[in-house]
Amino acid sequence: MLSLTSPVETPAHGWRVGPKLLALAGLTLGLFLPAPGWPALALALAVLVAAALAAGRWAILAAWLRLFRPLWPFALLLILWHGVTRTPLEGAVILLRMAAAMGAANLVTMTTRLADLQGLVLWLMRPLAPILPAKPLAIAIALMIRFVPVMSDRAAQLAQAWPARSSRRARARLMAPRALAALDDADRVAEALRARGGAL
Amino acid sequence: MERHLTHVALFAAMIAALGLIPRFEVFPGLGITAQSMGVMLCGTILGARLGGMAAGLFVLVLLLGLPIWAGGQGGVGLLATGKVGFILGFPFAAFAAGWVMSRLKGAVGVAAFAASVLGGMIVLYAFGIPGMAWGLGKSLAEAAVICLSFIPGDLVKAALAAGITSAVAKARPAALLSRG
Repeated sequence: MLSLTSPVETPAHGWRVGPKLLALAGLTLGLFLPAPGWPALALALAVLVAAALAAGRWAILAAWLRLFRPLWPFALLLILWHGVTRTPLEGAVILLRMAAAMGAANLVTMTTRLADLQGLVLWLMRPLAPILPAKPLAIAIALMIRFVPVMSDRAAQLAQAWPARSSRRARARLMAPRALAALDDADRVAEALRARGGAL
Repeated sequence: MERHLTHVALFAAMIAALGLIPRFEVFPGLGITAQSMGVMLCGTILGARLGGMAAGLFVLVLLLGLPIWAGGQGGVGLLATGKVGFILGFPFAAFAAGWVMSRLKGAVGVAAFAASVLGGMIVLYAFGIPGMAWGLGKSLAEAAVICLSFIPGDLVKAALAAGITSAVAKARPAALLSRG
């Protein structure tokens, strides 16, 4: 399944999703309040340590640490920048703040099932029901998640068929056929939905 | 109704699938991905309203925690990085591209290229640069300089999006919802 939810069960998996997200929002807001220098640094460090401890087991901790990968280019950029401008404290505060906010958010993502989050979103969207009804939204989310592997498979089929016809490389030539195949698939799914009573 | 729904889901999935394509890295980790081309296509093919909804659906599912951002990232944690502006700007960029597409008459390819540049580049940068400045703690001008490196790749993507849009207009005229 295409998801970041960790299969390793932690106590945090059992917590309710609403309070978890509220706590995350509060924490992130606190992290980014203007508080220059050492206090901010200490807070960010504390959040990271608490998050690491809450992650608990080693199996989930390793996966959690891997999620920091996208931060590296920014870290490199910041280290270079603040090395040149000789403002290491400022750089450390920005970097740790970002790492703390991201680490805590990733922890919530890893310990919350997609269905629970989806339920929360649909519940939050209830006041918008006259403009954006919940049922089509739920169907759209499910369809989108299903379409990702389907599209990749279609693209792989077209890529396999190409060398059977030509010795040259396909390059961008397959882009339009991919889009057309995907559009045809979407039309067929729409017909199937209509045949089953519609999406409303 | 069902057709609009499945097309919105399809284009949201297309943005996600384009993130899985191997990417060309300008700088380790900070690469040019095809994802913003998906956003351009949302606008040029689906039009402003549906295109914006498709990109919005992608962002919603991304923030719910699916690893569908280029390089297999996902979750609300992305909002704490310099990418926040680009992520939140996706629906607006798709909407703008669709709006331009529906107003420009003339050849589909030319209109789609203009719409892609306006929506997928100018509007997207307008969100992306402040996000990057905030995430990295830099000034707007400094973030804009970093963004300059995206321009050549994005122009190629706009050209590809225009090509795909005109192919769709020829082969499946009814699917080009942006032109009614």
